[in-house]
Amino acid sequence: MITDLIDVHAPAIDLQGLVKSFGDNEVLKGIDLTVTKGEVVCIIGPSGSGKSTLLRSVNLLEEPTGGKVLIEGIDITDPDVDIDRVRTRIGMVFQSFNLFPHLDVMGNLMIAQQRVKKRSKAEAERVAKEMLGRVGLAEKADAFPGHLSGGQQQRVAIARALCMNPDMMLFDEPTSALDPELVGEVLQVMRSLADEGMTMLVVTHEMGFAREVGSRLIFMDGGHIVEEGDPREVLGNPQHPRTQDFLARVL
Amino acid sequence: MALRRTTKQKIYRYAVYAILIALVVWAAVTTNWAKIGPLFFNFDVAVKMFPGIITTALVNTLWFTAVAFIGGLVLGVILALLKLSSIGPFRWIATVWIELFRGLPAILTIFGVAFIVPIATGIRGQQLGGPVVLGLIGLILVASAYMAETIRAGIQAVPKGQTEAARSLGLSPMKTTFWIIVPQGFRIIIPPLTNEFVLLLKDTSLLFIAGSFIWSKELTTFARDATTQNSNATPLIMAAILYLLVTIPLTRFTAYLERRMSRQR
Repeated sequence: MITDLIDVHAPAIDLQGLVKSFGDNEVLKGIDLTVTKGEVVCIIGPSGSGKSTLLRSVNLLEEPTGGKVLIEGIDITDPDVDIDRVRTRIGMVFQSFNLFPHLDVMGNLMIAQQRVKKRSKAEAERVAKEMLGRVGLAEKADAFPGHLSGGQQQRVAIARALCMNPDMMLFDEPTSALDPELVGEVLQVMRSLADEGMTMLVVTHEMGFAREVGSRLIFMDGGHIVEEGDPREVLGNPQHPRTQDFLARVL
Repeated sequence: MALRRTTKQKIYRYAVYAILIALVVWAAVTTNWAKIGPLFFNFDVAVKMFPGIITTALVNTLWFTAVAFIGGLVLGVILALLKLSSIGPFRWIATVWIELFRGLPAILTIFGVAFIVPIATGIRGQQLGGPVVLGLIGLILVASAYMAETIRAGIQAVPKGQTEAARSLGLSPMKTTFWIIVPQGFRIIIPPLTNEFVLLLKDTSLLFIAGSFIWSKELTTFARDATTQNSNATPLIMAAILYLLVTIPLTRFTAYLERRMSRQR
């Protein structure tokens, strides 16, 4: 039982020498990154820098080619680890929402609770309603994803992840597919999550969010972590030329 | 002086109508109605067909279609998953199966199963409840090959993000397939599957090659035998009408589903 072995003092996420190749293309070239509990770490960088691959390696949606992924002290690249069990503790939010279109909002929020956590229907319903309220969409319980705006869909996706009561959340460019006027409502939900102490790893292009909410900022380029530190420091006074170059182009 | 384009089109269209009407009139005039009437539309013979043509023949046709469809569907899902498997030999088995039974004429497959199985295994159709049972197994093989390709296309049409979202929530590969991918894939393939049902309904007419008892005659066999016994082709016309009464609503239903789905996208 993994849960019995969790080291309460271990960092939430600890990546050690993480390498990931697709064929001959090495996307991650030895990443070391530690995220302690309650931290909000934002990752920025040009496209192709490996930031999404890094995020997707944390819950093994991408199987690392080398190195270790420690979640709360357990190396989950060990084939004996029950990865499905680990994933229930790591919520993930995707750029394209990925809600289940054949299920209504409640169905989206309940299916993993019932099929993975083996919660009763009543219990799953109670949790789903609570999380839906948290993202401000209590009135959309019976709607189908196709009838919601992008911003609403992404908030439902966040609620769906929260229903598993995860210890940490991964966000993969959560606002990149949204119309500009819908970005704010999603960032608002993420901000309140951060305020409540959720451990978060966020790949984003929202520099404002990174500056105001992030406790640490990481700049990636070419499969390496090039620079990291306090978001205001990195954004205001970047040290590395590549960071300076990138920020000059996006800010 | 040049005619206006719309006027030209009108003249062209009326010319086509005129040719069509002339053809129909010509066919009606040259046809020997005096001979066709009693031979194909004989009321006395038609009355004799009841109730057997409904209670035995039509019921058997629908029953055989349902068995072949459900059998083909179950096998087809398994084959589709094998074909999408990451394990090479699974894919090869599925590919050989699908190519074999899609490539052979259905009547040969039915014939093959009905005659090779008894010789190879010593099991006779009669022991299974009648020769038609072996014929049905052949028909299931044919159906499974066609449906496997349809189902595979449906599964592949479900975006990869759906699998990723499901797996990230802790759903196992099996649960993801069962609860997330298959329900979405099936929605996509309801129209082609309905088509497959119509094709199977017509292919039940090939089951005669396996041999049949009086109780196991389907529409075509029933009508052919009745035509021979009465020296009159009216039963064939009746069978044709009964087939159309089932197939036309189904194909209309498919067209409706396709229209509705294209609107949703």
